[in-house]
Amino acid sequence: MPRSTAIVGVGQTFHRARRPDVNIGELCTESVKAALEDARISIKDVQAFIVGNMELFEGRYVQDMWQADFIGAAGKPGIRVTTGGTTGGTLACVAFEFVASGVFDTVMAVGFEKQSEGDTRAGLKTVSDPLWIRWLTTGAIGYFSRQARYYMRETGAPEAMGSVVRVRLAQHARRNPHAHLRMDLKGVEEAMEAPYLIPPLRQTDMCPASEGACAIVVTSEEVAKRMPRKPVWVKDWITVHKEAMYIRGGRHSVADLEMAASKIFKRNGISKPMEQISVAEIYAPSTWAELEWLEAYGFCQKGQAWRLEEKGFFYLDREFPVNPSGGVVCTNPIGATGLIRVAECALQLRGDAGEHQINRRPTLGFATAWGGSGWTVAVLLSATKQ
Amino acid sequence: MKVGIVAVSQTPFGEQTPWRPQELTFLAVKQALEKVGLGFREDYEFIVTCSSDHWDGKTLSDVEHGEVAGAHLGPGEVKVAMDGANAVLLGAIKILSGRARKVVVTACCKETQVLDPCVIENFGFSVPYQQLLGLDFIQAGALQASAYMHRYGLQREDLARVVVAERNLGLANPRMLKKEKLTLGEVMAAKMLAFPITEQELRPACDGACAMILADEEAAKELTDRPVWITGFGSCYENHNLGDRDLAEAFALTKAAQQAIDMAGIGNPVQDIDLLEISEHYSYQLPLWLEALGFCEKGNGPGAFSSSKPQSPFLKPVNPSGGLLCGVPRYVAGANRVLEAFLQLRGEAAGVQVEGEPMVALAHGTYGPAAQHHCVIILERGF
Repeated sequence: MPRSTAIVGVGQTFHRARRPDVNIGELCTESVKAALEDARISIKDVQAFIVGNMELFEGRYVQDMWQADFIGAAGKPGIRVTTGGTTGGTLACVAFEFVASGVFDTVMAVGFEKQSEGDTRAGLKTVSDPLWIRWLTTGAIGYFSRQARYYMRETGAPEAMGSVVRVRLAQHARRNPHAHLRMDLKGVEEAMEAPYLIPPLRQTDMCPASEGACAIVVTSEEVAKRMPRKPVWVKDWITVHKEAMYIRGGRHSVADLEMAASKIFKRNGISKPMEQISVAEIYAPSTWAELEWLEAYGFCQKGQAWRLEEKGFFYLDREFPVNPSGGVVCTNPIGATGLIRVAECALQLRGDAGEHQINRRPTLGFATAWGGSGWTVAVLLSATKQ
Repeated sequence: MKVGIVAVSQTPFGEQTPWRPQELTFLAVKQALEKVGLGFREDYEFIVTCSSDHWDGKTLSDVEHGEVAGAHLGPGEVKVAMDGANAVLLGAIKILSGRARKVVVTACCKETQVLDPCVIENFGFSVPYQQLLGLDFIQAGALQASAYMHRYGLQREDLARVVVAERNLGLANPRMLKKEKLTLGEVMAAKMLAFPITEQELRPACDGACAMILADEEAAKELTDRPVWITGFGSCYENHNLGDRDLAEAFALTKAAQQAIDMAGIGNPVQDIDLLEISEHYSYQLPLWLEALGFCEKGNGPGAFSSSKPQSPFLKPVNPSGGLLCGVPRYVAGANRVLEAFLQLRGEAAGVQVEGEPMVALAHGTYGPAAQHHCVIILERGF
């Protein structure tokens, strides 16, 4: 039987637009140190490393080689996995599997991105097939402006909704010292002063390019019980891919999100996700995506998310806290982003999130990562071991 | 629980092949599935791909490789961005963790579409110190080779002989790229890339893919009467700064092999392991790795290649396939060592089958400057 696994320590950097004071290795070291301090263990206790980021964005090659010296992986087993936007989520899943397999007892996953070293947009443009669609690729902004337009058209959501979401996330981010953009938005009007990127998508609707790293320590049940920190138990995880030729005209698909959530909920007897899950840290690169995807995950009916958002339903002290950390729209060091969702969820379940701790008694946490040509990684964490 | 390999396949390895990278992966996956009668996308729970953004020339190279392996709204996929042996390792972990019963593992690289590999490799070094020196992997390899020669008083001939021996073996292997014999003189006289590595002492670049199907014990026995079990695996990083390393040793390989051997419960590796399939990207690596694995005394590695059939002093065949020096694509390299070892254990290594009935094999993959990361996989015949 596979073994139970737990997250016993998390660490992240203070994410910024630029970190000229450190190189990539040093950036990763910060998160590794933070995770070790949080878990109250030494680097000697870590048996294996799982590392990853966007392979092309810094314009560098085999980055784990250079990092090995900085994260303490030299002389130890390690593997590098890169799955684009979902990299952070994949890192967590692979770490869970390393432990669940019974081969390792204590492993560390490290995700990072230092986007000022390269050109993210140039890198992202090459995601599309060079033979068919590279010439019309518009990167993430083009994709998410279309998504926003479709959501408005299909649900009747007014254009101001993007900014309503942004105000909530900005207020959450102001309570999170690690968040990158901690804008003091007084209201929706102020958010709507931001310029359009591609209408209806405004600058404030889209995630920033951040630099930062995140690390988590994953252990077996046996080790977790000896740890000083309250372990957060890993209940389940899933990866669903929707493949390549997604820009084919017509409506974008959210089949990957729907499939991942419905499968993981069904497997774990979750029929009323909004009641049974206490906190969601979802990877939504734009405010509009957050609305549509809450529906795709099955938290509410189609077209309902923006109405609930209007009522303030998703604030961290309200009925269903979504992205109490401020989410991806406030912080996006890509290779770390998915891992930050898992780490933030773990902090909430432990009750250690500080100023952005949710009001509800946390039992179950739902973290996702999204990327690629429509890939979803979903992780279900639990405060108690069932 | 046990993990078995039930089928393997590979595309022909070629230069400037007409196929796109994902087409290569598709050809390999399709063949592997057909061998055990598995349906595309429906009959397996996970996919591990191995490829590189840099050599595919696109970000998220696994968008295509995953798709043609059946990832669309079906089994999940993860990409290993390092040598292919690590993809096999992750596939095995996936099954041991109970998250999947059958896993498709693929590795692909179309490296001849890259005009100057050295430019990419240069970006694999640490920015503030080593990259600015203009280092590439051939130069890092040359430094390692020089350190090795210096420590044990080896001559260039000692290393060049490895190529002659490997190419000689590869002649009979229909799966390899290079089919011409080389003489010692030809290897020595070839263009010097970085002393002591000549053009012929470098793994020839080529294009291709390979795929294999991994399954848990029960599923493996349903799919085949002749499974090969993965009984052990291990991996290890070395330090990155070349100046911090003892280049004439490969302690990471020793450690990775020790993990794998301990996991497999092998008491006396030099006796119990029947054949080795090792990744040598340059001629010097094969003898050096043999020493690190404990199959040769330190400094005696080159001695294993003085005869026409390379074997360790313990009379175990080394790289009967001909090895990477006969032409195996980057990234595919380690997975292809596993594939060749699998064929040997099944008695299906047409053309290069070793004598006797090998029961245990060691497959090895490495990547990074001066082989900074090693991965070792132990395979055992399960019938």
